[in-house]
Amino acid sequence: MKLAGLLLLLSGWGLVLAALPLLGRASVLAAFVLAGTGVEILGLVLLVRSHMPSRQRRGALR
Amino acid sequence: MMPASLPAAESPAAALCVFLVLLVPLAAAGLAIMNAGMGRARSAAHAMLVSLSVVSVAALVYFICGFAFQGIAGRGAHVVMIGGKPWSWIGGERFFFRGLPLDGSPPILIAALQMFSVGIAALVPIGSANERYRLRAARISTVFLAGLTYPLFAHWVWGGGWLAQLGMNYHLGRGFLDTGGAGCIHAVGGLAALTVVWVAGARPGKYTASGLPSAIPAHNAVLILLGCFLSWVGWLGLNCAGAVLLGGADLGRLPLVVLNTTLSAAAALVMAVFITGARFGRPDASLSANAWIGGLVASSAAAPFLAPAAAAAIGLAAGALVPLSIEWLEFHLGVDDPSGGISVHGVAGIWGLLAAGMLARLPDAQAGSSAWQWLAQIVGVATLLGFVLPLSYGLHWLMNRFYPLRVSPAGEQEGMDLHELGADAYPEFVIHSESFLPR
Repeated sequence: MKLAGLLLLLSGWGLVLAALPLLGRASVLAAFVLAGTGVEILGLVLLVRSHMPSRQRRGALR
Repeated sequence: MMPASLPAAESPAAALCVFLVLLVPLAAAGLAIMNAGMGRARSAAHAMLVSLSVVSVAALVYFICGFAFQGIAGRGAHVVMIGGKPWSWIGGERFFFRGLPLDGSPPILIAALQMFSVGIAALVPIGSANERYRLRAARISTVFLAGLTYPLFAHWVWGGGWLAQLGMNYHLGRGFLDTGGAGCIHAVGGLAALTVVWVAGARPGKYTASGLPSAIPAHNAVLILLGCFLSWVGWLGLNCAGAVLLGGADLGRLPLVVLNTTLSAAAALVMAVFITGARFGRPDASLSANAWIGGLVASSAAAPFLAPAAAAAIGLAAGALVPLSIEWLEFHLGVDDPSGGISVHGVAGIWGLLAAGMLARLPDAQAGSSAWQWLAQIVGVATLLGFVLPLSYGLHWLMNRFYPLRVSPAGEQEGMDLHELGADAYPEFVIHSESFLPR
């Protein structure tokens, strides 16, 4: 899940980067940049969830 | 964003910039004192020494290679042509500050400001990983931050890089706007702190068997609040110097920067006192102090280009975001961040950048393009999340495989002061319960 999260973060950024030179109209560019950011947010959610310790593991840290 | 006009060497304006740059270390001092105060007494001296160490390592690494990678707008840089537009990816200065004019002109002032700024960014993970972060690991991590992560992103924003060129190349306002370092310094530091905490894990005793976080109170609220006062002065210098040297603002905007910086912090504090008072029955000193710093951080994105009411509104939102985010990270995500640095610098920094896109009034944006300033800000934030976060995570994960970030369990039980330094911060004042525990 960690790796998937990291890959989604990088992929979302890739979308944002690619949109800049490829798309001319500002409104289309904005849509792709927002889509790329959405992919990044998905990746961030995965990464966050992969680092959430289970209640048992948290207890074991006592 | 590219600086339009910079003060000439030996002019009164350059002298003013020197004075402003000299204030910036006070921000680092304030944050270091807060880091120490937020932890337990048995790790206070360690927190201060680690803070001083990472500021020193950051300065040296920035001198060796960081400045060369970051560069300065308008000077040499490595550029690739993409779709017929120039994209500047990395600075083209020489290592060891060679080629830097040593005459009091803007380039050397920018180098000095950046040397302090990278130290501030390096301090953020220290507070978040307090009470378990090994001294040597913190120094190694700082080498990566000051030598790679910070200079790359700072080049893109302040060194005339591709984020700064978004306005020129794609008509997105003035390009990514970050005059005082809400992104370059604070979001970079906050995201690095998040990765360090993820890799290092929580302190023992932080979570109960049922998984609920237990309170580990800060040992000295006076230190924390003193840190707020020091940081305020440092931030005034940071935001003012950044506005002139990096943000292209003229000197006439400096009073506005002072007003906006203070208003944002003040509004954040008032909001946090209200929120914590309403939630806990009385105001919480640590969370309120965190909100004050969060307000300063959020103001850094566009202080010279905000109306005072907008700065106050940004501060109010930061004052709500910071305490709620600290609570959410601790209770729901299991992130043990003693200083709240992830929320204070990461969350408030990103909020400041987004708010700048909506509320900044840019004097010289081309007609029609200023409407797309928000998009430039989104591209910058996407770069922080999509590049800086994975890079920082990868570096810390790799480093932890070869040299663990975290001190041994015995060391944590003993306290960082005794374990790593051999002496307590307060040897003659045994006033805390943990000091009576068998070691």
